[in-house]
Amino acid sequence: MSAPATAPTVRFADTLHAEWVKLRSLRSTWSTLACLFGVGLGVTALAMSSAGTDYAEATAADRAAWDPTNLSLTTYIVAQLIIGVLGILIVTSEYATGLMQTSLMATPRRSRLLAAKVTVAAAVAVVAGQLLMLMSFLLGQAMLSAQDVPSASLGDPGVLAAVGGGGLYLTAIALLAAGLGTIMRATAGALATLVGIVFLVPALAGLFPSWLQGLVDVWPTRGAAAVFATVPDPEFPHPWLNLGGMCLGVVAVLVAAFVVFRRRDV
Amino acid sequence: MTTIELRGLTKRYGPDTVVDDVSFTVGPGQVTGFLGPNGAGKSTTMKMIMGLAAPTHGSVTIGGRRYRDLPVPLTTVGALLDAGAVHGGRTARDHLLALALSNGLPRCRVDEVLARTGLGGVAGKRAGGFSLGMRQRLGIAATLLGDPQALIFDEPVNGLDPEGIRWIRDLMRSLAREGRSVLVSSHLMSEMAQSADHLVVIGRGRVIADTGMSEFLRANGEGTVLVRTREPGAFALRLTAAGAAVREGLESSLVVSGMSSDDIGALAAFHGVALSELTPQRASLEDAFMDLTRDSVQYQGVAA
Repeated sequence: MSAPATAPTVRFADTLHAEWVKLRSLRSTWSTLACLFGVGLGVTALAMSSAGTDYAEATAADRAAWDPTNLSLTTYIVAQLIIGVLGILIVTSEYATGLMQTSLMATPRRSRLLAAKVTVAAAVAVVAGQLLMLMSFLLGQAMLSAQDVPSASLGDPGVLAAVGGGGLYLTAIALLAAGLGTIMRATAGALATLVGIVFLVPALAGLFPSWLQGLVDVWPTRGAAAVFATVPDPEFPHPWLNLGGMCLGVVAVLVAAFVVFRRRDV
Repeated sequence: MTTIELRGLTKRYGPDTVVDDVSFTVGPGQVTGFLGPNGAGKSTTMKMIMGLAAPTHGSVTIGGRRYRDLPVPLTTVGALLDAGAVHGGRTARDHLLALALSNGLPRCRVDEVLARTGLGGVAGKRAGGFSLGMRQRLGIAATLLGDPQALIFDEPVNGLDPEGIRWIRDLMRSLAREGRSVLVSSHLMSEMAQSADHLVVIGRGRVIADTGMSEFLRANGEGTVLVRTREPGAFALRLTAAGAAVREGLESSLVVSGMSSDDIGALAAFHGVALSELTPQRASLEDAFMDLTRDSVQYQGVAA
């Protein structure tokens, strides 16, 4: 046998390409994405179908705060969980099957392997997240105008920021999930933690002492979700700062994930 | 030439020392058998070679480098530690393609190793539907992707049918003939006797023998030869006269020790004795292994 013509060293692009092939060759990736769009747009359609009656019954104050953009994007509440599953599975499916051993033998430089996984997760999530937010906005506005309720268009002030910020929010959640998957090494544990973060903590936030309120300002589904609005929320006047705070939190989780991933035996 | 060198390798999990000061060398052009009872530390040692587990003390180098410092790992070492370590939802070809790409290997290598392992026909099938034998072949295909000079197999024949066992045995022999360093673990002495050139025996995490297979066979394997003839009494006398020890076996056979089957056959021909059976007894190899590892077997059953 002759030695194959190989590059003398492995480039990060090679690791990245391999991770992309791994992701695209799994049926679960495509079914999760289909689920993301099916459920995401379905929730938008359901929420918008009653908007006409809601608006007709609304008080003058409610009508002043009427935010058609935000209404059409509330589907993020469910979408963040599904895109989170995608982020979790990128890492935990390898632990569940034992494939992580094989992957680390092919790419023993662990930070490089995890960086490739996180990059692929981010790329998929940013495309899927932006697309879902855009489609959800367009579907929602079409349904609103069909019911003769005030609606928004992409050119209106703050709309592009809300739609684009929403896509970034979902990407950050996917990366948070990938970090949790790396730390937990199990799908169930990581998913339970993600549910706790995006649903339980916001629900219980009222019980927290005042010194924890700063966390609420940057928490998913709370302060960080202010980016979905075009009418400023008096509680969160600078939504991009809140989203930035959440991203810093995600970075902290990812740093922890890299540290444990480098250290642990497989 | 890629040599795997283990120096004082030690792994502790809390108070348990799983691998204790293990040193040996896996040289090119031969199959090194890594033999030990279950729980002896074989798999942990192999994980440390491949950088999957960090040693508490000691070092492993492959061609002089640590595994994680290899520039293109799959072209230096191919290892099959667990045939189940594939994602069942991925096809054989995609699994191998991702591995090949991760090391910058050309795509054509995928079809080459699929052909060499006889998986060409099922390349497009999901690995989840594979039998254990096919998974072993897929794992071996992955080890061959980078055409590496060193190969490591952990219990490769476990759970395989005789045809699969023979295929793996032949493959390991041919890989060694091509000048590669091959390390293969097993808990079956008989398996090692048929495929290994060199033997490292480990028990309770310690190396208890590190020897050439032929020396090991000479020291431990020249047990007995089973002989059958129509006149056992007369031939037994001739064997004893020639210096062998003879005792009666089952069904009026003779169990001869201290003389090789070659010499017994020559003696029979010289005296014109017709032999109906002349069989070297390999069972003594298992006995030798059992004797060697008796003190170091972790989970021992009580004799019934």
